[in-house]
Amino acid sequence: MSSSASGAVASARAPLVPRSRAPSRAADERARRARRLGLRAIALGYLALLLVAPVAMIFYRTFAHGLAPVWHAVSAANAQHAFWLSLEVVAIAVPLNTVFGIGIALLLERGRFRGRALLGMLIDLPFAISPVVVGLALVLVYGKTGWFGNWLAANGIAVIFSVPGMVLATAVVSLPFVARETIPVLHELGTDSEQAAATLGASRWQTFMRITLPGIRWGVVYGVVLTTARALGEFGAVSIVSGRIEGQTQTLPLYVQDRFENFDITGAYAAAVVLALLALATLLAMNLLTRHTRPGEAVT
Amino acid sequence: MAIEVHNVSKSFGTFTALDDVCIRVADGALTALLGPSGSGKSTLLRIIAGLESPDTGVVTIGGNDVTGVPARSRGVGFVFQHYAPFKHMTVAGNIGFGLSVRRRPRAEIQARVKELLALVRLEGLAGRYPSQLSGGQLQRMALARALAVQPEVLLLDEPFGALDAQVRSELREWLRRLHDEIHVTTIFVTHDQEEAMELARQIVVMNEGRIEQAGTPRELYESPRNEFVMTFIGPVNRLGDALMRPHDIQILAEAGPDTTEALVHRIVHLGFEVRVELTLPDGRQIWAQQTRESAQELELAEGQILAVRLPELREFAA
Repeated sequence: MSSSASGAVASARAPLVPRSRAPSRAADERARRARRLGLRAIALGYLALLLVAPVAMIFYRTFAHGLAPVWHAVSAANAQHAFWLSLEVVAIAVPLNTVFGIGIALLLERGRFRGRALLGMLIDLPFAISPVVVGLALVLVYGKTGWFGNWLAANGIAVIFSVPGMVLATAVVSLPFVARETIPVLHELGTDSEQAAATLGASRWQTFMRITLPGIRWGVVYGVVLTTARALGEFGAVSIVSGRIEGQTQTLPLYVQDRFENFDITGAYAAAVVLALLALATLLAMNLLTRHTRPGEAVT
Repeated sequence: MAIEVHNVSKSFGTFTALDDVCIRVADGALTALLGPSGSGKSTLLRIIAGLESPDTGVVTIGGNDVTGVPARSRGVGFVFQHYAPFKHMTVAGNIGFGLSVRRRPRAEIQARVKELLALVRLEGLAGRYPSQLSGGQLQRMALARALAVQPEVLLLDEPFGALDAQVRSELREWLRRLHDEIHVTTIFVTHDQEEAMELARQIVVMNEGRIEQAGTPRELYESPRNEFVMTFIGPVNRLGDALMRPHDIQILAEAGPDTTEALVHRIVHLGFEVRVELTLPDGRQIWAQQTRESAQELELAEGQILAVRLPELREFAA
């Protein structure tokens, strides 16, 4: 904080010194540096308080008594089940949202139809609505007393309190990411190269696969990473839809909550660390992917 | 393949881009669509390519009605104003794209790409990406890409618009020789009358969505049908409603029965051409185009009063 204050003082004083003289330039430079450092300190401090410290504390607490209790907690049957269930839900919801996200982005960016603005607003709805409400809404539609409840039950399909419902809930709350990340990239790509492909005899599908998709891939990758991170961590909607049945419909975040409520602090922290590591792995994967040479873009 | 456009109109909202346009381009011709921006020339080109569909009217290529045929089935090569390179593909990948989507054998594609690289003089750049090429190189790559699938018609939208003057005149010359070599029916869009006259055998002058006049460069220059064509193609002097070409104004050593006096108020030397700015007795200003030799013979000097013979003035019905 003190460095930012001195930065402000320095910047207030700087204009009083005539610009033409050499020492004043040095003073200007010092003031600019101080300001830059000040801003940096504020940004980093904010991040540290909100993000780094809590996450570090979790890691610290988890491993405070060595590796053995952590290993014990992580290898518990319910923890294992929660881990694989989380991955299963993500493995279904993310590809679904990727395909639909790209489709919606194409529709919004390239399409010319009535209600385009409405669709654009609808896409953002999952961001605006609390996940708990999403969960409740899904129960209302697919639950026993819901619209499709009877039909689903008669056909032996379980949605609520079961994996399909959890996938649905996860898909809904993470829906906007791919579309929102893809739309600006699609806009920047423009239609020229797609039209050029058409004049060269490419079909719509060939144009999409060979021109459009490679052109927007970094937007899509970023969207997928955000979707994955969001899907992995989803709690509210899944909590309601799943019924939180131990060893059956408990994803990792639900398991963390369950352990915490049962005063199994080690179990809760250990599972939380696994969750954090999964998220880190996702971010790392994106970094590796985007750092991977981008032909025609990186080299100039 | 001959191209014919019959009674084509196209509007974008309330803006009329094309208004009942008809043109005919002979097989193997090199034709320019010339006009100011917003005249509809690019829209017409895109309609011929199938990238835009007309509201009314018919387009035929080689005698076949292609109005409803999508761009990919028209056999038309199109070079975009900003070249529309496929940025994630190499130069070879770009050029081979049309053959590759037709699922031709790899060896055939490679052979054809090599042939085209030589034709557009980009040998050695096959492995580069578009971001590593200059404007002129991108232009030639785009042209090779369009030619790879042996189109019956080649359409170029402002092909030299984004290049600097030096590269532009080189490519112009090169494109004309290329056309002599491969004889593909070619239409290009330009707003530069000099470019159109230098390259094209036939020029179609467009303005506000209409065809003003079509003909050879010489026809357009010597007998413009209206004031727009006359002022758009070549320099003009305006005296009231009448127009005259600056090189038609004769400067004479001695006054005659049909001459008027004029005051030389400025002389601009442009190499071979000398531009003489004159003030007539009634105060109106015109300029005359002289060669360097005739200017020397007449011993022109600023401030001099001399005799000029004005040509027959051209007047167009408004």
